[in-house]
Order: sequence, then C-alpha cells, then structure tokens
Amino acid sequence: MSEIEIRNLSKKFEIKGQSVIALQNINLNIEKGDIFGIIGMSGAGKSTLVRSINYLEKPTEGQILIDGIDLAELSDKDLRKKRSKIGMIFQNFNLLEQKSVIDNICFPLEISGVKKKQARIKARELLKVVKLEEKEKAYPSQLSGGQKQRVAIARALATDPEILLCDEATSALDPQTTEAILKLLGEINESLGITIVIITHQMSVVTEICKKVAIIDNGRLVEEGSVEDVFETPKSDAAKELITGNVIRHKPLEELNTEKQIRIVFTENSAYEPVISNIVLEFNVPVNILKADTRNVNGKAVGEMILGLPSDKDIQEKIIAYLKDKNLGVTEVFENV
Amino acid sequence: MFDSKVINMLLEGIGDTLYMTLGSTIIGYIVGLPLGILLNVSSEKGLKPNSVLYRILDIICNIIRSIPFLILLILLIPFTKLVVGQSYGSTATIVPLVVCASAYIARVVESSLNEVDQGVIEAAKAMGASNRQIILKVLLVEARTSLVTGFTITTGLLLGYSAMSGTVGGGGLGDIAVRYGYYRWQTDIMIVTVILLIIIFQIIQYIGTKVALKLDHRKR
Repeated sequence: MSEIEIRNLSKKFEIKGQSVIALQNINLNIEKGDIFGIIGMSGAGKSTLVRSINYLEKPTEGQILIDGIDLAELSDKDLRKKRSKIGMIFQNFNLLEQKSVIDNICFPLEISGVKKKQARIKARELLKVVKLEEKEKAYPSQLSGGQKQRVAIARALATDPEILLCDEATSALDPQTTEAILKLLGEINESLGITIVIITHQMSVVTEICKKVAIIDNGRLVEEGSVEDVFETPKSDAAKELITGNVIRHKPLEELNTEKQIRIVFTENSAYEPVISNIVLEFNVPVNILKADTRNVNGKAVGEMILGLPSDKDIQEKIIAYLKDKNLGVTEVFENV
Repeated sequence: MFDSKVINMLLEGIGDTLYMTLGSTIIGYIVGLPLGILLNVSSEKGLKPNSVLYRILDIICNIIRSIPFLILLILLIPFTKLVVGQSYGSTATIVPLVVCASAYIARVVESSLNEVDQGVIEAAKAMGASNRQIILKVLLVEARTSLVTGFTITTGLLLGYSAMSGTVGGGGLGDIAVRYGYYRWQTDIMIVTVILLIIIFQIIQYIGTKVALKLDHRKR
C-alpha cells in the first residue's frame, strides 16, 4: 500500500458560470519515505494537485487515500486530525506575522491542544534542526526569505507529520538559498523518514533532490518515473520543455532553426569519450553546440548538451544511431519539417 | 473667568461625554465585533461562505449607516424610551449611539479581518485548525493592529456623535455647547467646550496610535 494514493482525481472549478478543468484523471502513487517531485509549468494544475492531497481542495471526482484511508470518508474532525499529520510549506511562507518565531512553531501544537511548556520544548528542538536557534524571539518581518522558510519547515514538522507537502517552497528564494533549503529537506527526509512531495516549476529542484518525478501538463499527468530516467530520456513534450527550457510547442515557424536539434545526456559511464569530436571526424560534418551544461542529479554529475545537426536526413539518422550506440541518452528536441 | 458653577458644569460635561463615548464604544463592540466576524466569515471568500446571511447583514448595516445620526437619534426615541425609560440624558443617548456604532463597527471589523493574508489562513487550515480556532487565533490576532486602529477611529466618531446628541438634550459637552453657545450666545463657554472636545479627541487618537504601533510586529 502506498502512503499517498491518488485515484482518478479530477477537479473542476466554476468561475463565473464557466467550468474550468484544473485536473483530469490523475493517478499517482507516492511511497513512504520518497521525495517525490511534481513538476509543471504555471497553470498546469500542480498546485491544485498538492492541495488536494490534504483536502484543502476537495476533488470533483476521484479519491485521495492516505495510508489506505479515503479522505472523503472522514468526518470534519477526523480530517483536521489527519491534516495535522500532513505538514505543508508554501511559496510565500505564510507565517503568522504577529507571532514570534517560536510562537509560530508552537502554533500547530497549540491547535492540537498540546500544553504550552511541552510545545516550547518541541519548538526549540526543531529550531535546532533548521539551524535558527538564535532567532527564537525574532518576528518574521526581521527574517530573510530563507530564514522564513526554515521557520515554516520547523512549524510544519512540529506535529511529527508523516508527509510534508511543499508548494513551490523555493520559488521565492535565490539559487543559493534554494539549495540550502533543499539540502535541509533532504536531511529531514533521511533523518525522520518523512515522505516529501515537492511541487515546483523548476527542473533544477527536481534533479537536485527528488527520487521520482511526475510531470503535469494542462491538468493531466503526462509522464512519471525515476528522475534519472525522465531526465535522460524525456518522452513528453512538457518534460522536454521543462528540461531544456525551450518552448517546443506553439512556437511560430519563423523562429525555428532550420536544423534538427537533439539533446544528449552524458552519465558517468559515457562521459569519457570525446563523442562530439568523433562525430565530426566520423561523418565529416559540422555539429553546432547550442547549449551545454552539467547538473547534479541525485548526487551524480550528469552532462547535457543540445546539438544542432546538419540538414541531411541520412546523416542525422546516422549521428543519432552513433550516439545511442555510445550509450548516451538521446532525445529529439524538435525537428523542422 | 468662569465661576465654580460653570467649571463644575464643564467637569460634569467631560464626565458625561466620556461616559457616553466609551459606554457606546464598548457596548457597540459587544454587538458589532461578532457581526463583523460574521460578515467576514460568511462572505464569498470567507471561512464559511453563506450568501444569504451575508446579504442580510450587509443590507442591515447599510441601512443603519445610511441614516444620518441626528435623524436616527429621533427615529429611535420610542425604542430608547423602551430600553432606558426616558429619551433624554446621557444614558438615553447611549442607545442610538450603540445602534449606529454597531453597524459601523461591524464594517470596520469586517474590513480589518479581510486584510488578513489568505495564505496564512490556508496554512492554519493545513495544520488542521477548526474555523473557530482560525477566527480566534489567526484572524483576530493577525488583524489586531488594524482592529485597534478601527477602534480608535470609532471612538473618535462616537465622541463627535455624542456631542451632536446635545442638540436634543443628550447631555455632555455637546449639550453645554448648544445650550450656552447657541441659545444664550455665550460664545466663551462654547469655545471652551470645543477646546475640551479637541483635547479629548487628541488623547484618544494618541493612545490608539501608540497601542496599535506597540502591537504591530510586521514592520521593524
């Protein structure tokens, strides 16, 4: 049994008499202890999806099962109890501005009826976990974005949740702070065994920390798998767009290059050979390097490159076959026909 | 320049004015605060949207607030008699003041609560807070600076209204100003009462601003 089971989930919103479909028939299983990324462009429906997991958003159709229990069958009171076991952090931190750091962390405990003294002890422990002991008496307005998110994480962990939902938790932070927050989430996952669901539009967040990923596009789940697989050989257009940062669809024709573009991914096994030089030597044609980058995917260095190939179809095919033969991940990014 | 009789009268006037102002503010809040919460909670984006309830409260508040206070004062004379047994004097004035204040306070409270960040409310929901807990521990706490500011504005308004009630024998400084300044042409007494009203107003505003600032941890 998966810890989180999303079954045939659909969500419609009624906006001014018009119904808008935010999610359509989503099926997803998230296992205990996973760090699961849900990625999509803005407006893809990923926020609605994560808010369905703790029933902040009630599904129009389908079910959410947490540890096998259908949330729809819970009474209001039991649902609130369940929610207290699902921590959540947000893009805008959503701290109580009029409460000090320690009171913010104590807040969920206060709600669950824990005695103040006990709550304080727990809150101080958590401040240590998020490395903010010296800010105990500060107010949110005195903290930086990264510090606010640390407080929010400590607050989310106060009730010893089994699941932590992160709704664009790093989107308002700079790259260094993002990295530090992701590292912290990774540590929490390891030390507490807590399941983490990360909603983001940044592929770098997913490759940095997630083990599995689901890609949401236009309210549909279009791809799912291990981060390595999806990153090396993305299948859906949405995945390719998120990885390369190029808009593949809806691009006006005149903007397109006449060349065929492919994306190749080097892993540890294939990074030693000078494949690009070899292509040039072997086929006696120029290749255009449009982009090159190395990324850290779950601790492994992975190189990626976007190549522009010559227009000769025959040679294109040969080059792709050659690269595949060298065990590189090859994805055709687009082709102008 | 004034004999002790006039001074005593002015002192009594100050006492009556404070009695009417603070009395009506406090009773006004007892009625208006829950109404304001109800307006916020039942509104479209509230914790428990209820368009029928919202419309009813909305219309009642609008009706009361659209009647000029002086006219409300006269309209309510039978009701005031029913409640306190007479329609003149400072205690009687509190009745129309409370009616007027409750509607005003409900609106002020509603708008203060509307300012609370939806994200914070959502975070509280995600923690498993009940609506009651969200109202008491999130809405009223997060909005407290704005609520205190609203309280100060309301008190100032009621100070003015209590003085206005002097025209129909309401007691207090306004009553003195009307009786001596208007009917007897004793401009000096009227000027003194006006100055006293200004001083009281300044003190209320000063305390209100100080308290609001003290309670606010948002900007440092």
